[in-house]
Amino acid sequence: MSSIDASSTLRHTAWVLRGNPLTAVAAVGAVLLSLVAIFGPLLVPYDPVASDVPQALQPPNAAHWFGTDQLGRDVFSRIVVATRLDLAIAVTAVSISFVIGAVIGSLCGYSGGKLDRVVGRLVDVLMAFPLFVLAMAMVAALGNRVENIVIATAIINLPFYIRFARAEVNVRRNLGWVEAARACGDSNVSVVLRFLLPNVLPGMAVQISLNLGWAILNAAGLSFIGLGVKPPTAEWGIMVAEGARFISTGRWWLVAFPGLALMIAVLCFNLLGDGLRDILDPRKRT
Amino acid sequence: MTSSLLRIEDLHVTFSTRGGLVEAVRGMTLSLQAGEMLGLVGESGSGKSVTGFAVTRLLDRAGRIVAGRILFREQDITRATSGDLQSLHGAAMAMIFQNPRAALNPIRPVGAQIADAILAHRRLSRQEARAEALNLLRAVQIRDPERRMDAYPHELSGGMCQRVMIAIAISCNPQLLIADEPTTGLDVTTQKVVMDLLAEIAAARGMATILITHDLGLAARYCRRVAVMELGRLVEEADPLTLFRSPQHRYTRRLVAASPTATSRVEDLVPEGEALPRVEVMELPPPAAGTPPLLDVQHIVKRFDDGVPAVENFSMTMAAGESVGLVGESGSGKSTTSRMICRLIDPSEGEILFDGYSIAKVPARDFHRSPLRKDIQIVFQDPNESLNPRFSAFDCIAHPLLRLLKMRAGDTLRRRVEECADRVGLPRELLSRFPHQLSGGQKARVGIARAIACRPRLLVLDEPTAALDVSVQAVVLQLLDRLRREDNLAFLFVSHDLNVVRMMCDRTIVLRAGGIVEQGESRALFANPQTDYTRELVEAVPQFGSPPSLVPA
Amino acid sequence: MSASTKTFGMIGATFARAGGRFLSSLPALFGVLVFTFLLMRVLPGDPAVFFASGPNAGKEEIEVIRKQLGLDKPMPEQLAIYLYDVGRGNLGRSMMTGQPVARDLRQRLPASLELTLTALMIALISAVPLGVLAALRSGSLIDHGVRLFCSLGVCVPTFVSGLLLIYVFYYLLGLAPDPTGRVDVFTALPPSRTGFLIVDFLLAGDLDGWWAAVRQLALPALTMALFVIAPLARITRASMLVSLGSDFVRTARSVGLSRWRIVVTYALRNAILPVITIAGIVFSTMLGANVLVEKVFSWPGVASYALDALLVSDYAPVQGFVLLMASIFVVINLLVDILYGIADPRATVA
Repeated sequence: MSSIDASSTLRHTAWVLRGNPLTAVAAVGAVLLSLVAIFGPLLVPYDPVASDVPQALQPPNAAHWFGTDQLGRDVFSRIVVATRLDLAIAVTAVSISFVIGAVIGSLCGYSGGKLDRVVGRLVDVLMAFPLFVLAMAMVAALGNRVENIVIATAIINLPFYIRFARAEVNVRRNLGWVEAARACGDSNVSVVLRFLLPNVLPGMAVQISLNLGWAILNAAGLSFIGLGVKPPTAEWGIMVAEGARFISTGRWWLVAFPGLALMIAVLCFNLLGDGLRDILDPRKRT
Repeated sequence: MTSSLLRIEDLHVTFSTRGGLVEAVRGMTLSLQAGEMLGLVGESGSGKSVTGFAVTRLLDRAGRIVAGRILFREQDITRATSGDLQSLHGAAMAMIFQNPRAALNPIRPVGAQIADAILAHRRLSRQEARAEALNLLRAVQIRDPERRMDAYPHELSGGMCQRVMIAIAISCNPQLLIADEPTTGLDVTTQKVVMDLLAEIAAARGMATILITHDLGLAARYCRRVAVMELGRLVEEADPLTLFRSPQHRYTRRLVAASPTATSRVEDLVPEGEALPRVEVMELPPPAAGTPPLLDVQHIVKRFDDGVPAVENFSMTMAAGESVGLVGESGSGKSTTSRMICRLIDPSEGEILFDGYSIAKVPARDFHRSPLRKDIQIVFQDPNESLNPRFSAFDCIAHPLLRLLKMRAGDTLRRRVEECADRVGLPRELLSRFPHQLSGGQKARVGIARAIACRPRLLVLDEPTAALDVSVQAVVLQLLDRLRREDNLAFLFVSHDLNVVRMMCDRTIVLRAGGIVEQGESRALFANPQTDYTRELVEAVPQFGSPPSLVPA
Repeated sequence: MSASTKTFGMIGATFARAGGRFLSSLPALFGVLVFTFLLMRVLPGDPAVFFASGPNAGKEEIEVIRKQLGLDKPMPEQLAIYLYDVGRGNLGRSMMTGQPVARDLRQRLPASLELTLTALMIALISAVPLGVLAALRSGSLIDHGVRLFCSLGVCVPTFVSGLLLIYVFYYLLGLAPDPTGRVDVFTALPPSRTGFLIVDFLLAGDLDGWWAAVRQLALPALTMALFVIAPLARITRASMLVSLGSDFVRTARSVGLSRWRIVVTYALRNAILPVITIAGIVFSTMLGANVLVEKVFSWPGVASYALDALLVSDYAPVQGFVLLMASIFVVINLLVDILYGIADPRATVA
């Protein structure tokens, strides 16, 4: 069963990548980012937290490719090291929301009725808050720590996965093969978890990728306003916050480079998500 | 009048798809006189709709006319500019489409849409256009036209939407109307009303019409000439009588044989040389007196959340090996009834006895555990939706064997699956393929193989061939008939197609709005319906074999 | 039925729908209240310490606060008191300003609204035509340009774009004023009528002040607008493409309607529907982005008020802010629903 499916998927993937060079670039970018996150801290030229005040506020030069910040720390090293923290926060948060959201959403979409209504109301309440505001409030209530950024991001992402899974399962639950599975002896729960969920997963992969980008922006935003991450930790958002004081006096590198890192990371995941959508959309298959 | 209204000369149309260039029309030559109604018949992939769109120059962006000419009123419009086309569209040639509700602007009242069409070519004031639109609504026989003028498409039925479309199309008196599958998806009684209307209007206005359809009977009833297309080519063209009495081309012969009529038999559906071998089955002795019927449905009712009963007081019995048809239009409750009988949903009231055991008492969500689950199986309508896209054909057929017969993966399982595939005529090498790699007919066979894998005693068939091409349907119907006689299977055959039901079923039950209207032996029921509704249904089915009924001049 | 009767019917139906929508949003509002309550009381940490005069308050003071806040009472009773307080407009007192939170919020809300609404207007005026143009000229350079812009636009964080705009327009080009506050130090504030400086200056006839306020508003509004132009343009383009490729547009072409009528009356009016819904969602993200933009530009709105309070562990303003934002969003959703109901006759009362 799997061999034919795998080889045709691979062929289709290769065809999409050839047709959309952007997606290929994004995929490579995502891989590179992950590599930087894993190995970066071992390879940086300077210690990201070591201050060197005489070298403070240097523009980019040969010794410091991205310049130095107000404490003389090398911006390039800090950006590379921050990759790990930002990606880790995003990946953890999205994984938690995705797993919980997919299961809850699928069960709701299939069963309808009371479960669906109750969960629907809870989701409505969650979505009544502007998400960033909610994240702020959660971190405030739970405590100003990095773990709580992960939890807050996971919770505010949950409604999207619940709604998405619910909608996808709802569309499919009356299809012939789902009824056939019931006629062939499967119970309702078995149908949802063993058959519907795997059919819903490809679409969710697209959501996950897009969500990763959003989660990175969210985490950076929260640390920009001073929540979660504290100095001297290197994180893209907090680097922008520290550099913001100096922008009106022309020290652009403190903001531009972390901003660029953020932009590239988010761009890679967004393009990857769009590319995944092309790969997995059966209507575009030959 | 020697010049034709429309002449298509050696037309070639290709589509650029992701897989390369696809030739949809390969050298099509046809001519149409003024006032004539021509039927363009073919199955999926024949290129009939593409021809229609090419003539009106409304092809998709991916489609291009690569060779040939289209002459309208002796003028070459193959390379006409959009300005020229705009003056032609509506005023000289018009088109009506397959899904009428989707073809109307959903957020604009229908009266305004008709007025838009009028104002596109005629200089009238808004009030005059509105009055004219009202007249058109009357011309297409819409009741209460003043009120309907301001209605939105979603407030109208499918038949009414199609009539509004006709009103829009004829608003500027075109000389040519192309109707692309105008009645597909409509109930058979609505279909008759819409087609009668179309024929009447075309005759009254001297408008030439091309009726594009897959339904041979429909084309025969309304068209003076019928052209048959296969794979982008025109294979035969003649008047209906000649076409059906003595078809020349091999494909036409197959098509004519496969189209069920009021008198056809299952054996005749496929022409000699292509049919499955006849299976001689011994007549089984009648069951001993006193044995309960295989299926005994007693006064079942189904009420959904809004309280409206979808099915009311439905009762029937069925003996082993008997084939019973369930016919009705949309909203008749036939699908709901079939689902209750095969225990996918619960009846609100009533009892269902299978072989004497009560199965209605077991709730639907627990029925998968009952030992009777394997005795009642179901074949679904749309082969595209009835197979799990992540399962290979082998997995689909093995699924009930694994779950219901508790077989283990291994040689026994494999042999059993192969045996099922052989029985339904599915080549064994296709077993490893996935649904998107199989044709419609092949998918239908996989669905049937899955249903018979556990040797059920009752098979519920919910419009099993409605989504198939007519020639594929013929083969599948023969297959089903043979399987029934080999296994002494009882069939509950749900369909809207009266001809098919008459062929396949010993007895027929006619449903309307959730209640039984009439039931009886099939041939007798259709030859001599007792109730008005059944008679209306029977008369609405377009038949061929007799001369086409034309509107009196 | 005549056209005017139908119009009256539609207006009546709209009110009915609005009423129905409002009623169905009440549970959400209630849920918001309860949720905020739980957030601030049930989660780890002693609320009394939160609401006391500071992290180093003495034990007796904390006890007094605890009694004041009713924290020694059972939870359901606390909830009831809380709901009663909120209903009366009592959102507590801010430690920072010493004033009731409700008053602080009321004073600072117009600043935030002025910013957000201006940004939304700029975004809509730019994004919708861009999206429509890209769809009409699909495959062209404009289309690719718009798509590229959209792809990049959603990737840039608001705070980064704000800071970079300051760098370019203030530091490099000298066009923008000092990015602090709503007016520069030399301009006197007009008498407060609406709280919207743009409006108040005009009402007072003070054109110099008006211009000063506009200049201060420009960069922050532009920053926030940039944040939402990308998704709005993208949805407009996608929606317009779907509309242009739909069956009913094909019908319109088949009867020879003019290009203008096809594009505007048939395609665009249908394409706008999803844009309305997305605009509501986008507004919600803008309310969140308010926090970031107000911080970058030191804009004296409710978000920066809450943020300052948060960082000094003054939690009453934070709670009030969260409630306020959620309520605004519920109201906006209601308006969007009503607007959508007017635009799409298929929409029924839920």
